[in-house]
Amino acid sequence: MASVDIRNAAKVFGSTEVLHGVNIDIPDQSFTVLVGPSGCGKSTLLRMIAGLEEITRGEIAIGGQVVNTMPPKQRDIAMVFQNYALYPHMTVFDNMGFSLKLAKADSATIREKVETAAGILNLTELLHRYPRQLSGGQRQRVAMGRAIVRDPQVFLFDEPLSNLDAKLRVQMRTEIRELHQRLNSTSVYVTHDQIEAMTMADQIVVMRDGNVEQSGAPLELYDNPNNTFVATFIGSPAMNMLRGKIAGEGGREFFETTHGARLSLLNGNGAPRERSALCGVRPEHFLLADSEQDAIGMEVVVVEPTGAEILVIGRNGEQELQAVFRERHQFIPGQHIALKPKPENLLLFDAESGQRIR
Amino acid sequence: MANAQTANGGTSVLTRWMNNRNLMGMLFMLPAGTILLIFLTYPLALGVWLGMTDVKVGRPGVFVGLENFAWLMEDSVFLLSVFNTFLYTIVASIIKFGLGLWLAIILNNNIPIKAFIRAIVLLPFIVPTVLSALAFWWIYDSQDSVLSWILIEMGVIDKTIDFLGDPNNARASVIAANIWRGIPFVAITLLAGLQTIPRTLYEAATIDGANEWQRFTRITFPLLTPIIAVVMTFSVLFTFTDFQLIWVMTRGGPINATHLMATLSYQRGIVGGALGEGAAIAVAMIPFLLAAILFSYFGLQNRKWQRGGRDD
Repeated sequence: MASVDIRNAAKVFGSTEVLHGVNIDIPDQSFTVLVGPSGCGKSTLLRMIAGLEEITRGEIAIGGQVVNTMPPKQRDIAMVFQNYALYPHMTVFDNMGFSLKLAKADSATIREKVETAAGILNLTELLHRYPRQLSGGQRQRVAMGRAIVRDPQVFLFDEPLSNLDAKLRVQMRTEIRELHQRLNSTSVYVTHDQIEAMTMADQIVVMRDGNVEQSGAPLELYDNPNNTFVATFIGSPAMNMLRGKIAGEGGREFFETTHGARLSLLNGNGAPRERSALCGVRPEHFLLADSEQDAIGMEVVVVEPTGAEILVIGRNGEQELQAVFRERHQFIPGQHIALKPKPENLLLFDAESGQRIR
Repeated sequence: MANAQTANGGTSVLTRWMNNRNLMGMLFMLPAGTILLIFLTYPLALGVWLGMTDVKVGRPGVFVGLENFAWLMEDSVFLLSVFNTFLYTIVASIIKFGLGLWLAIILNNNIPIKAFIRAIVLLPFIVPTVLSALAFWWIYDSQDSVLSWILIEMGVIDKTIDFLGDPNNARASVIAANIWRGIPFVAITLLAGLQTIPRTLYEAATIDGANEWQRFTRITFPLLTPIIAVVMTFSVLFTFTDFQLIWVMTRGGPINATHLMATLSYQRGIVGGALGEGAAIAVAMIPFLLAAILFSYFGLQNRKWQRGGRDD
């Protein structure tokens, strides 16, 4: 097993730079998820690790060895593709054994390794079938089987679940995670789905426009986002961003929304007063208030009960707000309610740059 | 629908017919069926029938059974034409396939001015056959051949080549002309086939450790076989029944060296007026053509991995 070190890696296609020199440490045996909206360069980065794209600038090292000029097959990696990329003219067995066959392994070894992998993935019954005869989930497992058989140092996953239906996606999420724990391999996983990132990762790397916005453990990113992009990208329903300014009166420091509601701050940390800012509040950090005094008024638009909790979507003037309650309050569309964020959970961001004010 | 009809006892016969799926189906198929019958089945049947008579132009013949075929079996010119047809078809098809596949693979890569080059490749296909045959006729002229001229200027040979005068030269020349004409079809169709192979398969194979040659033999070629089967079946059929190129360039000469079954059939039946015999030669091509189709259908096309469904 091995770590992957990405140092100042950049990628230029023609005259467009899609990756602007990113630095990422992927520790040995970790499950690292690269996440970001489409076009952020995450797949390109993965393909650069795999050796399918050249590295324009910078370095990528696998297990301490720089692999910039090394062909893919020498990098000791395996990749699972979004569309599975199974060879349609080969049986499941041959698909899984293809790399070993190319490496001129003898047929007994191939059989043994393929059968072991098939056993892990519950594919034993399907070994003689062709990809066409398999369901989406089964194909996905064959694609993983093909990767396992090679016993690589690093597993690369390129949005492997996006072709599956919602239920299967949740199931495969668990299976991939379980597999990772079992094989103790280093895994790099690309997705645009922040829920996949949150549920699977040891380390999340949030990317945007060819830059790394923030990386860290899932809950670290959730609780302590560096900027508004990470704050709103991670977490669903997304964090509310209230416009307003940081103000103070006497010894008390508060965030004053554009509508005049004053939300007390636990510690303004001496943040300059009268500074325009954004205040981030996660939907589950709202409490129902009795009056609109120092609270945010909201007109309920839609109520979405999911059983475990209730999501209320509403409006305060132009501002859309979302709040989640575990208690079973009764809400009616059109009703006016008042919300009060828990002071300890308020996050402040600079209105201009979107950077966190700590 | 059945309920609606019984409930509505007074429905007219016409309405009931309009609601009959089978009847309407037959009605919809009628136009196409008629066209097939008039323009395909009738001429074919007439040809087979003519082949079993001794009809000559201007003289109604009588039914002679398989006599024409028995005669042909002992006709050395007919046997030579069969040999020529096979030689022509096999050599031309193999070379067309090889060059066509090669060209398709080149065109499938990212090369500059790709669209322009693809258009050029299609050119031989667009030019009317007779026109290109005439051009080749001139290229192969025994006195003023541009090829001979070039070779002489380059100092490779010292006198003009008699392309169409010598039997073996003539065979090679018409085969070359046929290849030139047939390559675009093979290349463009195979190119279409190549483009249906997902790029990720090659990427997966690269990661699995396949080099370029292995990617071709283990991914490209097997995945291309269904298209190859179709293309080559058509190519073989077109070549086997070729007529225009030969007729314009050599009329089957010299000494019948380039006579194909199609040109011999035309010469005997239309030029010579022996319609019965000409038809018999044409009918004699049918078994070979059928064999080619069946071979491609059962031998190449119907692979297990292509079939849909989840069952084994």
